[in-house]
Amino acid sequence: MNVSTEFIVTGLFVFALAGFLGFETIRRVPRLLHTPLMALTNALSAISLVGSLVVLGRQYSTYATILGFIAVIASTINVVGGFLITDKMLRMFRTRQKPKPVKAEAEVSS
Amino acid sequence: MIDYSRPLGIIIGLLYLAGAMGFVFSLKWMSSAPTARKGVFAGEIGFVLAIIGTLLMPGITATGYMYIAVALLIGAAIGVPLGLLVPMTAMPQRIALSHAFGALAAGLVGVVEYFHNAPQIGGFTMAVLGAEVVLGALVFTGSLMAAGKLQEILPGRPITFPGQNIANFAVLGVAIGLIITLVANPGLTWAVPVIIVLGLVFGVLLIIPIGGADMPTVIALLNAYAGLSAAALGFVLSNNLLIVAGALDGTSGLILSIVMCRAMNRSFRNVLFGAFGKVAEAAAGEQGEMGSIRSASFDEAGEILKSSRLVVIVPGYGMAVAQAQHKVRELADVLAAEGVEVKYAIHPVAGRMPGHMNVLLAEAQVPYDQLLDMEEINPEFPQVDVVLVVGANDVVNPSARHAKSSPIYGMPILDVDKAACVMVVKRSMRPGFAGVENEIFFNEKTLMVFGDAKDVMGELITEVAGKRDSLSV
Repeated sequence: MNVSTEFIVTGLFVFALAGFLGFETIRRVPRLLHTPLMALTNALSAISLVGSLVVLGRQYSTYATILGFIAVIASTINVVGGFLITDKMLRMFRTRQKPKPVKAEAEVSS
Repeated sequence: MIDYSRPLGIIIGLLYLAGAMGFVFSLKWMSSAPTARKGVFAGEIGFVLAIIGTLLMPGITATGYMYIAVALLIGAAIGVPLGLLVPMTAMPQRIALSHAFGALAAGLVGVVEYFHNAPQIGGFTMAVLGAEVVLGALVFTGSLMAAGKLQEILPGRPITFPGQNIANFAVLGVAIGLIITLVANPGLTWAVPVIIVLGLVFGVLLIIPIGGADMPTVIALLNAYAGLSAAALGFVLSNNLLIVAGALDGTSGLILSIVMCRAMNRSFRNVLFGAFGKVAEAAAGEQGEMGSIRSASFDEAGEILKSSRLVVIVPGYGMAVAQAQHKVRELADVLAAEGVEVKYAIHPVAGRMPGHMNVLLAEAQVPYDQLLDMEEINPEFPQVDVVLVVGANDVVNPSARHAKSSPIYGMPILDVDKAACVMVVKRSMRPGFAGVENEIFFNEKTLMVFGDAKDVMGELITEVAGKRDSLSV
């Protein structure tokens, strides 16, 4: 698994540029959407799923398989739950509709 | 690790590239509410491509595929209810908890890679691997602690002890020392479990001195660490996709924590090592009597609200605790029916995570164009007839502008004192998180309405709507 010198340089390149891109993109996210943003990046951070899948699939040893199994479950929870919850939140954000006539509430009768 | 000399390797590489682009688009589309759901879709596509690419990797056995299918199903079976059933008020702890899951996965993969390859591990790989494992461990326990505090399983107030910072740095120092030793001698297998334990302990130590109002910053910071640990894993596995996703996640967390710190006029160092609560207690003790307060009955309050033209509602964590967001919206609706214009003023650190109030009010079906950021609403306050403060405290305290001794001095606040009248809904006269008396309560323009936020809203709705009915009959 040793990282080649070539990849260290490429990897740092990718890391620096992705970081810059992320900074410039995320800076534009309004405060209104900061919680959905956290939920979304939370799902993205479960990208370690990729590493977990390889570890589980290759079964280096019994214990590696067990740890890989736990890792795949943990990151899948994050991916699935993270995307669902982000979408659920965003569905609630809506613009002003036509004002509905307010009916007298039940409490009013008292 | 991808072998680009074979056609399959090229396919995997291209799938990863498409996946990374999906992630970038998902964040780009998050920059406005109408496109945000498209962003979620782009992220999902990105993930599907990443998983397909990974499953094509050589070396995965038939049994391996079976295990993978089972693990994915179990994860999805837990993830779906966690995504759909958690109520919006529990969102901060839900997010903290899922940071813990992500960090756990990253940490475990790092550990497996170490033991599979030791002692043939190069210096760079070992350094990154060590950092990755420590970060994974500290985010794991740190996030669990944060979730526990937010869920109130653990005491929410800051816990401090003498020599706390020294203890924290000592733990971190030993962990870094061991990583350096491992770089020199990768075969030192006992050192890896030790750095894991140190990371776990550091995560706990990092969170115990953090009080409730600092949670937004800390959750954002844990988000950044989780991203960094994913990126580090990307270096260990020579995988660009992990590096891209980790870098995006890391910068997102970093930006959010900077936004939170700025909104409180505090530095990272101050949030993490300042033990805010302790300073605040001392300051509160020194404060004397601030003058007298005026309280209003529901009847009076309803009358004032009804006769206003422009009402601004300032929600705070108290609204979340009382679950009063639906009643707040109902009150706004009955006021709107009376011809009163209603807006909401959202302070960036109101609540327990970035954007907390926006989500709660969106849940209560408040249109988001009525939710105004601090910078937008502050110039408008002189034209406002009534400010209704529901469960907010420190973010409307004018002492932040002039009281140099106050722990909240310099924090940007909502200028509610510039409005014609301020109405504060509050359970009792207990001070807010910072432990400082709030000048606004003693202002001559201020009326206190005592009671649970939800109950008070109910009463005010009755007053406002009820009066209208009796008049219209």
